[in-house]
This record gives sequence, structure tokens and C-alpha cells, in this order.
Amino acid sequence: MHPAPSVIIFSTLSGAGFGLLVFLGLGLPVVTGWVAFGFYFIGFALAVGGLLSAVFHLKNPKNAWKSYSQWRSSWLSREGWAAVLALLAMGVYAFLQVFFAITVPPLGWIGAALSLFTVLTTSMIYAQLRTVPRWNQLPATPVMFLTTALAGGALLSANLAAAGILLVLAGAATVWHWLAGDRRFGEVGSTTRTATGLNGHVSLWEKPHTGGNYLTREMVFQIGRKHALKLRVVALALMVGLPLILVLLPMSHLTAVIAVLSYLAGVLTQRWLFFAEAEHVVGLYYGAHDRPIAA
Amino acid sequence: MTSLPTTVHKKLGLVIDLDTCVGCHACVTACKGWNTQNYGVPLSDQDAYGDASGTFLNRIHAFQVQPDPKLADHVPPRLAQTIHFPKSCLHCDDAPCVTVCPTGASYKRAEDGIVLVNEDACMGCGLCAWACPYGAREVDEAAGVMKKCTLCVDRIYNETLPEVDRQPACVRTCPTGARHFGDLADPDSHVSKLVAARGGMDLMPEQGTRPVNKYLPPRPKDAIQAPELTGDEDILAPFLAPVAEEPKGLLAWVDRALEKI
Repeated sequence: MHPAPSVIIFSTLSGAGFGLLVFLGLGLPVVTGWVAFGFYFIGFALAVGGLLSAVFHLKNPKNAWKSYSQWRSSWLSREGWAAVLALLAMGVYAFLQVFFAITVPPLGWIGAALSLFTVLTTSMIYAQLRTVPRWNQLPATPVMFLTTALAGGALLSANLAAAGILLVLAGAATVWHWLAGDRRFGEVGSTTRTATGLNGHVSLWEKPHTGGNYLTREMVFQIGRKHALKLRVVALALMVGLPLILVLLPMSHLTAVIAVLSYLAGVLTQRWLFFAEAEHVVGLYYGAHDRPIAA
Repeated sequence: MTSLPTTVHKKLGLVIDLDTCVGCHACVTACKGWNTQNYGVPLSDQDAYGDASGTFLNRIHAFQVQPDPKLADHVPPRLAQTIHFPKSCLHCDDAPCVTVCPTGASYKRAEDGIVLVNEDACMGCGLCAWACPYGAREVDEAAGVMKKCTLCVDRIYNETLPEVDRQPACVRTCPTGARHFGDLADPDSHVSKLVAARGGMDLMPEQGTRPVNKYLPPRPKDAIQAPELTGDEDILAPFLAPVAEEPKGLLAWVDRALEKI
């Protein structure tokens, strides 16, 4: 799948932002006044910044408001609702904490639950697609998104013990998603033979047109295969390795900033791989992902 | 609502004969012509006289089939075949493209089972194209909305057209009669009879989409001159290595940097 920067930035930033809002909503820590303003500014900037980035992915954004209509059937619609409701609940909760030093725990719990649900809806948009076997992993795909977001939230909210545990869990979930994902295309069982219904050694002889098209650019796109293993190591080192070492050492503001930036760079790499390594079954009609001569 | 209808009264669709199709692309041209001037926005082309690309609702792929000596029905040995393979929307019963749509633009009609896009509600997110295993949906790069086969809904019910023209443009134009249009829910329709007689098949049944369109497999060719095969005939493979494309700019730098690690 084509790794579109808008979508990769969206899921990285808003994942970390909603992760932070989860911890603040749970009162970990309970903050008021300027400290609260600082925390919520970071949380909302990441969450909303990510959502705005996703809008750039739309080819016809003037109809984006209509995406709130189909929450009964569509995970993308549910994501829109969850994000708005989470930001509303956490907005009121933050407003009371920042300006009146009033903490309303039940409101925070609701906001935390909605923030977590938003990350779940994002992961389900990918996990529901049978056509992309690597994404179509339950529960590995949601677990990877949720643990990654919570690890970022723990790091940003300075819950160092939780951050240590969640970083390890996020790393484990990521490795699980990669290794199980490497086998997924074979498990789903789509081949050039099932795609064409033809028997024998079936392979593409001629594409429909000499040029590329929307499908080949968007879904048959292949990049980074050569360095996939190295990038996996880079992603793990930046997302888990360095932040974990910094969390275990005595923390200063500088090392905290380095840990967060390293984590975000690691998640960006993880999400880039999430797209770049994903193979869409439509590639079988374009001579891609062909397992040569599988009788 | 982008939920699927619980019952459809008809299942209008196509039956495509892989034995008869000669890969002339007449259906591609007829489809593009009709659908550029009728339902919804035109099917645009980009850089038509350079690095050409464009929106099509119907595309013809071609596959080569080499006989497999390990398959039971390939004994006695067969000759290799090229199969021209037209592909457009299969108007699936369990259309995954419909349920993923967040705006309500995609829908499946209860009256005849046709899957359509209301372009006035489409935001161009492309998720329905990701959900389709067959590559039947393409975002039009000029208009930014999703395009797909309408089964020529503006022809088949169009009483201003002569009756003979009230079928999809691809079916009407096919010079070899490789495309058939009808109601696949009616066991007595000519398309249902064709499917029964020729062993019509679903594409990618493992994807669980339950497509309405069916494909008729190619009939076996003569085996008179077929050589004995052992499975090791691919002598040209070593000479057909892919031509590498070198990345440029930032990607090239990342590529080199990673190479050094």
C-alpha cells in the first residue's frame, strides 16, 4: 500500500495525543492551572493536528462532514464520532481543571474511555479490510495501535513506571504484528489462480494499459522491501529501545524530550512499514505478490 | 445508510465468457465513452499524450496459463493458453466497499442489486477502493470522487433508447458476444442458464464477497501437439531479471544511509 504521509502522520500524532488524554482523564496525574494547560495543549495539539493531517488525505474534503452519518456500519465514521466526543469530554474536563482547579473524575473517565475508543476505531479501519491480509489481523492490529498509543501517553504524562511496561508491551505487540503479518497473505489464500479462476501456472501476461493507474499507485505500490528488516530494527530501537533506557535512568526535562522525540520517530517508522509492507490482493491482477509457480 | 439491503429483488449482473473474449478492448472504449458523457462526472485522463493515466470502469488484463503436469485435469498434457480477462465491478451481494463508506455515498440498491456511488456525498477518502479485492473502484483524479461501474443504470432502464440498446455499453458493443447481461437471481434467465451450462465461477471466493458477476472458464484447447511436460521448461527465466529503478532525492539518501548500516 502507498505510504501516504498524511495518514502516517495522523495515526502517529493523534495516537500519542489520545494516549496522553487517556492518562490525564484517569487523573494520572491530576493537574490544574498552568501545568494542566501545558499538558492539555500537547495532548490536543497532537490529537487535533493528526486529525487535520488526515483531512489532507481526502480528495474531496468539502463532503467530510457527511462522514458522521454512517456510524452504524462504518469504522471510519465511528472514528470521526469518537474523536469529536473524546475531544469534547476532555475539553470540558480540561477547561475546569485549567481555569477553576476543579477535577470531575467521572467526566475524565468518560473522556479517557472515548480517547481509547478513538484509537481502537482507527485500528479497526485497517483491521476490517480482508483485502489487505497484513492489516486484517485480529486482535494483533488493534493491540499494536492501542499499546503504542498508551506507551506514548504514559511517556508524555511522565508515568515512568507505566511507560516502561507499556513500551515493552508495544514493542512485543509490534513484533507479533510483523511476524504474524508475514504469514497472513498465505493464510488468506488469495492467489492469481483464485483471482482468475484459471488452473495451471497462471501469471500476468499483459497489464490492461501501458501506464499506471489509481490502483497501481495506491495499492500495488511497493517500496522499501529491500530495507524492511533494517527499518524494523530502527523502528524498535527508536520506539522502544532508547525511550526505555532513558525512562530507567534518572529523568530530566531534556532526556524526557529526547525520549518523546525518539518514540515519535520510532512510531513514524513503524507506521510507514505498516503501509509499505502491506500487500493488497488486487496486486494479483497486476502481477504483484505472485508466488511463482505454486501448483 | 451504507448497510447492505437484507433482500434484493433482482441480481442484475454480467456473465463474462473467458473462452470467447479476444481482448480487443472494445468494451473498455465503449464504457469510457458512455460513462464520460452520462452518469456522474466524466472519466478523466491525465497527461494523455505523455505519461498517460486515467480513470476506467472496465479494464482488460491478460494472463498466460501454462499447463501444470501435476494437475489431474491437465493429463493428458495441454497447450499453454493466453486468457483475456475483462474486469469491472462484480456488484457483490456482500459488497465490502459499501459498508466501509463513512458518508453514505456508496450503496447497493435493493430493487436490482446494483452497487452505485452518489458522487454528491463522496469525500474521496478511497477506503471503498481499499476494501474491494477486484480493483473495481478508482478515484477520478480530476474530480476527486470515486468512480465505478454503474452497470449502465442510465441505459438499461432508459426508455428513450431503442430496446436493443437497453443493456450495458460493454455488452452492447462486444463484437464476439463474450459479455452477457441479465438477472442472475432468476434461474430461468439466459445468464443463469449460461452459468449452469458452462460452470460459471466466482472470482476470489475466499474473500467472502459473493460476487453477482460470473466468469465462464475457457474451454480446453486441442491437445494434439502438446509436448510432454516435466515442470522445468522455464529456460528463459534467468534472462528476464527485472530492470531496477533507482530512487532519487530524499529517498535515494535514505536508501544509501540504510545501505551503510
